[in-house]
Amino acid sequence: MEQELSTPGLETMECVYAPTDLLTDTRFHYCPGCSHGVVHRVLMEVVDEMGIQEQTIGVAPVGCSVFAYNYLDVDMQEAAHGRASAVATGIKRILPDKFVFSYQGDGDLAAIGTAETIHTANRGENILVVFINNAIYGMTGGQMAPTTLLGMKTSTSPAGRTVETAGYPIKMADIVAMLPGTYFVTRQSVHTPNAVRYLKKAVTKAFQYQKERKGTCFIEVVSNCPSGWKMTPIQANKWLEQNMLPLYPLGDIKAPK
Amino acid sequence: MSDIQLMKGNEALAEAAIRAGCQAYFGYPITPQSEILEYLAEEGRERGMIVLQAESEVASINMVYGAAGAGARVMTSSSSPGISLMQEGLSYIASAELPCLVVNVNRGGPGLGTIQPSQGDYFQATKGGGHGDYRLIVLAPASVQEMADFVYDAFDLADKYRNPVMILADGALGQMMERVSFREYDPSAHRIPKPWATVGKPKTRERNIVTSLHIQPEKMEQINLRLQEKYRKIKKQETRFELVETDDAEYLIVGYGLAARIAHRAVERARAEGIKVGLVRPITLYPFPDEVIHDLARRARGALVVEMNAGQMVEDVRLAVNGLIPVSFYGRMGGMIASPEEVGTALDALMKNEVTQHSEAY
Repeated sequence: MEQELSTPGLETMECVYAPTDLLTDTRFHYCPGCSHGVVHRVLMEVVDEMGIQEQTIGVAPVGCSVFAYNYLDVDMQEAAHGRASAVATGIKRILPDKFVFSYQGDGDLAAIGTAETIHTANRGENILVVFINNAIYGMTGGQMAPTTLLGMKTSTSPAGRTVETAGYPIKMADIVAMLPGTYFVTRQSVHTPNAVRYLKKAVTKAFQYQKERKGTCFIEVVSNCPSGWKMTPIQANKWLEQNMLPLYPLGDIKAPK
Repeated sequence: MSDIQLMKGNEALAEAAIRAGCQAYFGYPITPQSEILEYLAEEGRERGMIVLQAESEVASINMVYGAAGAGARVMTSSSSPGISLMQEGLSYIASAELPCLVVNVNRGGPGLGTIQPSQGDYFQATKGGGHGDYRLIVLAPASVQEMADFVYDAFDLADKYRNPVMILADGALGQMMERVSFREYDPSAHRIPKPWATVGKPKTRERNIVTSLHIQPEKMEQINLRLQEKYRKIKKQETRFELVETDDAEYLIVGYGLAARIAHRAVERARAEGIKVGLVRPITLYPFPDEVIHDLARRARGALVVEMNAGQMVEDVRLAVNGLIPVSFYGRMGGMIASPEEVGTALDALMKNEVTQHSEAY
């Protein structure tokens, strides 16, 4: 940030926007254009605005978000692959008055951790589950995910995903919405400024519901992966809109009236 | 409630956990230890404990991770196949240095095996069990009384060293009923500060991070060195064992848990016949009491290791003896339990073969 402030001419400009203090000064390791950075910012903006930094504990499991605790200025636990919601359950049961969130990718939440995801939601644990769905394993180099689209090429579906070999892309938000333990299930994205604003509203609601002990809140964020998809960030966002959103449409799936 | 009660080992352990101030239990039913979950679901909840029946042992151990990381005194319990499922989580817990109690009421394997008692999980318990270089502190009770007593010790050791502690029992110790009395124990007097716990970050301190990820090899090596230093300290300070009639012993029988009780009877019978034999009972299986075994071996002519498995601890005994005397082995497997007579026969064989046979007896 110091570097940015020293940009010639910047000192004469009025500051109309600054990142929240709850993001650390550590430089993101995320690829250019990746959705993770935006979702991190939105999460911490809400924690900041609600004044709950001292009461918030996050859980980041294995995947690109494994280093999330380097950026988010809240107490955090790193979980084994797929186990974030079990770890979050353990924390929340001990600290029922605190705010607990997990931040999980599609491989983590929808493949190896499916049992934990379903049962955490079914118990109605009072936590927020943030689900980054970019239809690929980013961290390990672009392998097929449970949410990979049919026909989509990845390093482990080089000819495109087929039903015959890999079945169908799994729609976790729809599945957990069927469980009585979930209170608020929504699918958002961050590929446009407007979408980011909707996500922020959803995160704010989710923390509010957690305070009111309403049950599990589940926010899927349909995300891009420019490196994994082998696209520029702009191409990736367009591809997301044209290919991801028809299968994973945005909006609330389950919301209180 | 009278001071002395007649209880199952599993129930005595569960009762002790409540008295030790265990705040939360996460577990999944499996024979022969489901009484622990059942007892806590009733008694524990009534007395303020958080008790959660999880969807699997995998989830249980990760709930333990989260709760221990949040600073609570927590435990889980299972039996062999379930403990296998927990190994990934245990590796993370050991690496993140989270204190907790894990109880394994060992049953016969491999595979689904049998629900009958076994000591087949010795290697898994004492050598780490999951991936990477780490150790659990392992306590081996030999009575219902110790099923209770070791719970307090386990929690205190876990907190003191920020290390997972395992109580390694077996199906017989879990199921059998014996007299037990519960010691005076005030949990608040044993509570130690956990400034590293993730409880929410005040503005005034750096954030707490519970993690086992250190991607830079230089950093990860430092973490490993620190862990190894801790294990050396544990070995020095916490090695526990029981000796029976070893002062003049020409022969040693080494056994732990239920096998030690059977061996004890065999020692009594052999002594009645004038054979100078003594019993070494390791109480901590890790750290292993190798120094005392080595010292006793200097004065002895042979050692017999008795286990309810195919021969696991015998490897540690041989390392401790380091060739000083022959070490033979007698074990039953698959849920079968040796009789004192069988142990006596194995001792006879060792004594007859001592001159010619210096290494293998099984």
